[in-house]
Amino acid sequence: MTGALLEVTDLKKYYPVRAGVLRRQVGTVHSVDGVSFSLQAGETLGLVGESGCGKSTVARSVLRLVEPTSGQIRLDGEDITHLSKSALRPHRRSMQIVFQDPFASLNPRMTAGDIVGEPLAVHGLASGKELEARVAQLFEQVGLRPDQMRNFPHQFSGGQRQRICIARALALGPRLIVCDEPVSALDVSIQAQVINLLVDLQRQHGFSYLFIAHDLAVVAHISHRVAVMYLGRIVEIAGKDELFRNPRHPYTQALLASVPIANPLAKKLAPLVDGDVPSPVNPPPGCAFHTRCRFAMERCQIERPALLDAGDGHQVACLLNEGTGRSNATA
Amino acid sequence: MADKSDLVLDVRNLKTVFFTNSGLFKAVDDLSFTVKRGETLAIVGESGCGKSVTALSLMRLVPDPPGRIVGGSVSLEGTDLLALDETEMRAVRGNRISMIFQEPMTSLNPVMRIGDQIVEAVRLHRDVSAKEAQNIAVEMLRLVRIPEPARRTREYPHQLSGGMRQRAMIAMALACRPALLIADEPTTALDVTIQAQILALILDLQKELGTGLVLITHDLGVVAQTAQRVIVMYAGRKVEEASVEALFASPKHPYTRGLMASIPAVPAPGIAAPARLNEIPGTVPSLVRLPRGCAFAPRCKLAIKRCEAEYPPLEDCGGGHLAACWRAEEVAEVA
Repeated sequence: MTGALLEVTDLKKYYPVRAGVLRRQVGTVHSVDGVSFSLQAGETLGLVGESGCGKSTVARSVLRLVEPTSGQIRLDGEDITHLSKSALRPHRRSMQIVFQDPFASLNPRMTAGDIVGEPLAVHGLASGKELEARVAQLFEQVGLRPDQMRNFPHQFSGGQRQRICIARALALGPRLIVCDEPVSALDVSIQAQVINLLVDLQRQHGFSYLFIAHDLAVVAHISHRVAVMYLGRIVEIAGKDELFRNPRHPYTQALLASVPIANPLAKKLAPLVDGDVPSPVNPPPGCAFHTRCRFAMERCQIERPALLDAGDGHQVACLLNEGTGRSNATA
Repeated sequence: MADKSDLVLDVRNLKTVFFTNSGLFKAVDDLSFTVKRGETLAIVGESGCGKSVTALSLMRLVPDPPGRIVGGSVSLEGTDLLALDETEMRAVRGNRISMIFQEPMTSLNPVMRIGDQIVEAVRLHRDVSAKEAQNIAVEMLRLVRIPEPARRTREYPHQLSGGMRQRAMIAMALACRPALLIADEPTTALDVTIQAQILALILDLQKELGTGLVLITHDLGVVAQTAQRVIVMYAGRKVEEASVEALFASPKHPYTRGLMASIPAVPAPGIAAPARLNEIPGTVPSLVRLPRGCAFAPRCKLAIKRCEAEYPPLEDCGGGHLAACWRAEEVAEVA
């Protein structure tokens, strides 16, 4: 082990809110508010949270598709936070992304083969016959037939389009693939095909995934470690089994209790939280979750809990029990 | 079992087709089912299986052209809705039968106050003064647990959060105390903690008001936690129907079985996470070019010659558990 493949430290991304004729800034969206995590080679880190929690902004910041307000992103030990466009280009080869909507992320005027081959051509890695052979190989890897290279995106089903997106991401031999809700737009029976494909490819190539999804079951299936975000901050991060068996943050517990289990004999839906997620424009002071938390204390409204080690590779940002959160055992 | 008077909805041999440039397709083909007072029936299936068109057919809201209901009957409290003319239907819609949609933002009028939208629905069907209707609107918002209901009636949809909007939709749908409520993916656009709140709310209100509920969803978790009976649809047809317990305990159709094995589970004490998800190969067939026999046969591991030639009839496998599969009896052993 030579250290983490990806290391994100205190990442922040704020967006100004402008209003009025002069477009004066009237507020700030705290989209990502101090997020730190690391990702090892060959590992999958799941990032879960509800809409507006900043998980997609984290994904895009890591790839420098949005410029972070502050913080540091290190890829293979090298700080890429402030690299210029041209200096960043060689690094682009090692990090790729697969988006949620395979209908919006493929150019409808290009053939599937050209789409998958484009990264190779742009980086000058292959051309002519060699390019074609390489693309055909990529098609086979993701379960498409090479003779489908001449087809256009509209001739493919949703699941097949997502396979094209994955082939494109694979083309440059990346070491990190960011998956932003890659199966959310797919039907249940197709979801399983794509998830299995992602798992198989990781086993073959040993790259890392930063896997963003709102579906806890999907994240649980594919991840080695899972981070839970709420209003721009990571509230809990732990190994998969540890997190799901022994969630320590009241928000994680509420999230898990809200997932409908596909078993009519299992416990019925128990909403553990009321109300909505507060606006990220004026996030509550202290712990952002205190407005919905059943265990909130006075301290929680003032003091912002830091992400602290709670043992067993488990980190929690909660003031309960001296910063170790609330174990199920104490429930 | 319940007697006939308990039936709120009795659908028989419903057939809805669409005429398109690429040909005629049967979105709903020969669908029959019933809903009792206070009962929740879930219709589950993937995109294009006909579950939403079924909902629109019950409401008589299928866009015509290109769609048309070409056969069957939809009897609500003894009245065949398909035999009503548009004026008569309008008196029933939103009154005895109402619907909540997936996306509350597109189904609420953005330039009308929430309260006024409920008042409009109420005054259309009930002979009440504007003042009384206003009171009903506030009462309905309180019923769906919107805080400060009187103030909220004066707000516009964009001022509410997604969960609040869906609550307002439910308030509107239930304002006239319908006998049947159709919920088409009511929580798909919502976050999971909000989904849990909304589902709990729908079930509470249903119990309180005795409404029959048709819940349309693709999420087997939602089905397991809400429904009493379940219909599984594939390519426009009902392929299985059973009580929720029987369906999850022993699915008889290979499609249902495959679907259940393909969903990842949140690891919990007692639930082991599978190492690998089961895949159903291939994709949902195009409704324009359906195979002659069973529509699922090309994707089915158990398919035999007969499946390709003849469409299997729905047969009772015992206790009202229906499945349309030539090999339903063997599914448990073979798969």
